[in-house]
Amino acid sequence: MPERIGITLKVNGEEVRQEVPVRLNLADFLRQELALTGTHVGCEHGVCGACTLRVNGRIVRSCLMLAAQADGCDVQTIEGLAASGEIAALQNAFIEHNALQCGYCTPGMLFAAADYVAARRPPNREAVREHLSGNYCRCTGYQSIVDAVCEVAAQDATKGGHK
Amino acid sequence: MTVFDAPNSYIGRSIPRPNLSRLTQGRGTFVDDIELARMLHAAFLRSPHAHARIVKIDTGKAARLPGVVRVLTGTDIAAVFKPYVGVLTHLQGMRSPPQHPMPADVARCQGEPVAMVVAESRAQAEDAVEAIEVEWEELPAALDMERALEPGEPVIHPDFGNNLCWERNIDTGGVDAAFAAAHAVVEETFHFGRHTGVTLEPRALIADYSKAEEALTVYYSGQSPHMLQGTLASRLQVQEHKVRVVCKDVGGSFGIKIHTYGDEMATCAAAKILGRPIKFIADRQESFVADIHARDHRVTARLAVDKDGHILALEMDDLTGIGPFSMFPRSSGVECNQILNLTGGPYRIPQYRARGRVVFQNKAMMCQYRAVGHPIAVAVGEGLVDLAAAKIGMDPAEFRRRNLLPDDGYPCKSAAGMRFEGLSHQAALAKLLKLMDYDKLRAEQAALRKKGIYRGIGLASMIEVTNPSPMFYGVGGARIAAQDGCTLRLDAAAGLHCLTGVTEQGQGLEAVMTQIAATAVGVTLACVRMHTGDTDKTPYGGGTWASRATGIGGEAVLQAGIELKRRVLEIAARLLKTKPEELDLVESKIVKRGTSEQLMPLYELTRIVYYRTNELPDDIQPELVVTRHYRVKDYAFVFTNGVQASYLEVDTDTGFVRLLKHWCVEDCGRAINPKLVDEQCRGGIVQGIGGALYEHCIYDERGQLVTTTMADYLVPMPVEMPEMEIGHVETPTQTSALGAKGAGEAGTGGAPAAILNAINDALAPLGAKVNAQPSTPEVVLKALGKI
Amino acid sequence: MKAPSFSYERAESVANAIELLARHGPDAQILAGGQSLMPMLNFRVARPAVLVDINPIADLAAIRVDKKGVFIGALARHADIEHSGEVAEQLPLVAAAMPQIAHPAIRNRGTFGGSCALGDPAAELPACCVALGAEFRIAGPKGERSVPAAKFFAGVYTTALEPGELLLGAQFPARQPGYVSRFLELTRRHGDYAMVGAAAHGRLDKGRLSDLKFVYFAVGDRPIMAMGLARAVEGKPLDAATIDAAVAALKDDLDPPGDLHASSVLKRHLAGVIARRMLNEYATHKGA
Repeated sequence: MPERIGITLKVNGEEVRQEVPVRLNLADFLRQELALTGTHVGCEHGVCGACTLRVNGRIVRSCLMLAAQADGCDVQTIEGLAASGEIAALQNAFIEHNALQCGYCTPGMLFAAADYVAARRPPNREAVREHLSGNYCRCTGYQSIVDAVCEVAAQDATKGGHK
Repeated sequence: MTVFDAPNSYIGRSIPRPNLSRLTQGRGTFVDDIELARMLHAAFLRSPHAHARIVKIDTGKAARLPGVVRVLTGTDIAAVFKPYVGVLTHLQGMRSPPQHPMPADVARCQGEPVAMVVAESRAQAEDAVEAIEVEWEELPAALDMERALEPGEPVIHPDFGNNLCWERNIDTGGVDAAFAAAHAVVEETFHFGRHTGVTLEPRALIADYSKAEEALTVYYSGQSPHMLQGTLASRLQVQEHKVRVVCKDVGGSFGIKIHTYGDEMATCAAAKILGRPIKFIADRQESFVADIHARDHRVTARLAVDKDGHILALEMDDLTGIGPFSMFPRSSGVECNQILNLTGGPYRIPQYRARGRVVFQNKAMMCQYRAVGHPIAVAVGEGLVDLAAAKIGMDPAEFRRRNLLPDDGYPCKSAAGMRFEGLSHQAALAKLLKLMDYDKLRAEQAALRKKGIYRGIGLASMIEVTNPSPMFYGVGGARIAAQDGCTLRLDAAAGLHCLTGVTEQGQGLEAVMTQIAATAVGVTLACVRMHTGDTDKTPYGGGTWASRATGIGGEAVLQAGIELKRRVLEIAARLLKTKPEELDLVESKIVKRGTSEQLMPLYELTRIVYYRTNELPDDIQPELVVTRHYRVKDYAFVFTNGVQASYLEVDTDTGFVRLLKHWCVEDCGRAINPKLVDEQCRGGIVQGIGGALYEHCIYDERGQLVTTTMADYLVPMPVEMPEMEIGHVETPTQTSALGAKGAGEAGTGGAPAAILNAINDALAPLGAKVNAQPSTPEVVLKALGKI
Repeated sequence: MKAPSFSYERAESVANAIELLARHGPDAQILAGGQSLMPMLNFRVARPAVLVDINPIADLAAIRVDKKGVFIGALARHADIEHSGEVAEQLPLVAAAMPQIAHPAIRNRGTFGGSCALGDPAAELPACCVALGAEFRIAGPKGERSVPAAKFFAGVYTTALEPGELLLGAQFPARQPGYVSRFLELTRRHGDYAMVGAAAHGRLDKGRLSDLKFVYFAVGDRPIMAMGLARAVEGKPLDAATIDAAVAALKDDLDPPGDLHASSVLKRHLAGVIARRMLNEYATHKGA
């Protein structure tokens, strides 16, 4: 029988207690056990970036982490990030610039973009591209995504300056 | 004043897409997001061999593992699912044997599914797949398309006698004389690698068969719901109107999600056998081995020109290997067919001879993928054009100016027999050269060359097949709709429902249709609600492929909208005791024509129509619903044209290519939403760049695909991609009132040619040239003689 | 691509980890950042019976600086090393390599120890460790031991770690005055494993290099020290003739096997290009 383990974690600010198979990865746990399907699974080997989310405030690949390892962690999914209001400007910029087509990469892309913006980095196109280098988008060709992130990074500049 | 230039028109405006909000909140509904009660999960045992006989399959051990509900083999599936044959009768002489979802006897490529586990979870299904015991007898494999027709090569379908699937020849008759009289002749053999779509959301479906209703519902990540409905109904023997295909959000498709895949068909068959919903989500490794591949052509071609640089004749020979079968129902002959139809298409070419051969081989199946045939046709044609220009010492832009079809010469017919209704090659080229500041760029290039920096400028003019008539598939016997339909329904609160047979793949279809519907009827954008991708609800249509959705589906929306508006104004006139000609419907208000003076809000009219019919005159039907269908009938295809340019730098020590900038001028007729056209171009260009520089399905000598991870199969990522500037020329097609042609594939069709030409332009002073894609560092350094 | 079944144990301390490894024997596998192991599990290539998760051992994540130099703990995340002021100051070679390793989300989770213990010959950090003369600290059932980096990497996915042992981290010598580092790799796409790369560390004095450790990665079964190249430049002016001789010496230094994205011939050629570029950088280095 597959082994199971009890875990307690915070997901989008809410405490979750659950018993899970130890082989279950975090992305599948969130999607299948908690019905948080905004976390998308694209490659299951850490290359495409679709499953990117935050664990303890840092962006990680949720396909490369066991749910068991999230015990005691603070996990934020796209549903929580969107509801928090933190990325409202990014979401608007993505819509305005058509920085998504099919939308499958978008949750992971938004986490990578939010990471860039939250670090108060300047609206430098090369730096943005580098920060998004682990997030695959088949639809857009990336330019509109870079446009959107730079626009928000520039807005941030007028608010408080960059690092 | 037409509907397009009225002040309240939404057409030609870059409005944001209405469906993006949910996708930026993680609230989309992709197939894998759907959970059904008592749903099971499928996983497949796939052939580890390129060609092998299945001597015995023992499923006993697998069937006893935890969570396993059933293990099915090809024989089990064949009992309920009729075989299919992937030929089109109008591609004369094409042959392919009957194919089953899973073979019972022989596996003919690595990755072909041969057994299926249905279990409580995907993980358990995969556990059981490992426990299935198969006794294989390996057979000699035919792998190399160059050798596929040689005597002694293993014949994949012995009844056929050899591995030829299809051959086509075109000959205008005077080619030899033209070459004999030529001032200069250039010749090249081009190699195009296999690549595949790598949709970020893999192929996915859930099949749910109700034994009580004898009805099948399929939630499907796909492009052509009605096509799948027809396939499933006829193969699974379910009444067609009881097969419902539902496509919600689709995570990229690009032609990958429009074919008849054994694993998907077997999943539907298993759902019928078990009477429980079954989910199949291809994982990434399955995607690489089992999604269709594309390209993989070898083309030898030559071009004859006179002393003034006028093209006299083109001759070419195309060879492609398509895997062991021709794919059902679109066939695997279309890419070759397109190459023969399109090569040299932008130019006046008096004489043309071409041969195309499509051969079977023991590799993954190939079929239509974004810009079918175009990347090859354009790279061959434009590659030859650049070679010819260089040979006679003419600037490649000037060479194009002399040979491109004149903008005032339409309608006309190409050497391959393609009929063009109205194109703008010359205007597009002029616009492109201005956009990129061609002369300045040439000066910069020359200055840098003196410093040992090798930059290249590559141009690529092209035509693109869009808005296909039944000449594409229907005449060949395929059950694929060429027409498309729209139903517009105005409800009691003046909400406008727009139901269309074309589908949203992320390209922005819902925005475009919303704009057309709102404009044609005269309502605000906000009151339009789109319905796509549901065979129970939408008008019968073909879906999204061959850049047809806007041009064909959009025209149906326009015509339905015009008629619905007519009905609304007719009723309004009776209620307001005036004539319809005195009225207009603008932004959901009945106004006096030519003014913004509101006489009645639209919702007042709809309330009367639905709730207070007593106020309606007796001869007025309370019916605010209109359906219109549209087909292209005067032309086989409505061609678009465009031109691209790449500026890049070749590191002649490492062979690395750095992309500096890319330009594209596209004429897709009337642009409904210019921003979305731009983004189709940009995304398409990067997909083309993928094939030009990075992407390659590599097989080893035993027919094993070795690029089965995203670390090995290189897709374009953000850092290496260029900034792209897009310009437009608008030549609306006269085949429809809307005037829209397609815009979905030109980027992908033209970019590889622009890249190839730019690399060769950079290498020209070093006397080197490349002729293979992807043009990897290895290819470039070999061309330079450095390795 | 779902991982096969396995058991899972959390190690709360180094002693606990050693005990768990001893208890479960050869079927146990240490799980650190998981950025390589998790894909292998999902591909069902790795088939451990038991995963011993060392992430709870907080002590292992430290980056410590003292007069002996810098100690990087096995569980230090790539991102922590990348953003460490101490690493930037004391180990500029490592600091230069960090942004080239994969992508931000991978670097947030991937660990120093994981990269080294995996023994992937195309990885950046092992080459840096060899170039800088790091010593790996290893805990095992019989106590702790040290292995110099040059002896730690033993082949493709093979290191000096014995079954039952746990990598604790690596001790890097204190930065010596006059020493200059260079790092260069060629990847098709940013963050990919290198086609060819090299990490170099040597004393630069008046345009002459000495004690140069020029370590290639992705050209052999482990990080490869280019001894002939180092001899060719030792104490010589870095002029065209010296650099030519150094590049020529690579012929005997390297015998790279080909892989999917680069044939042996291509790798050999690119190794020469890299050597030339890095030595030219040394030649034009300001401040030495």
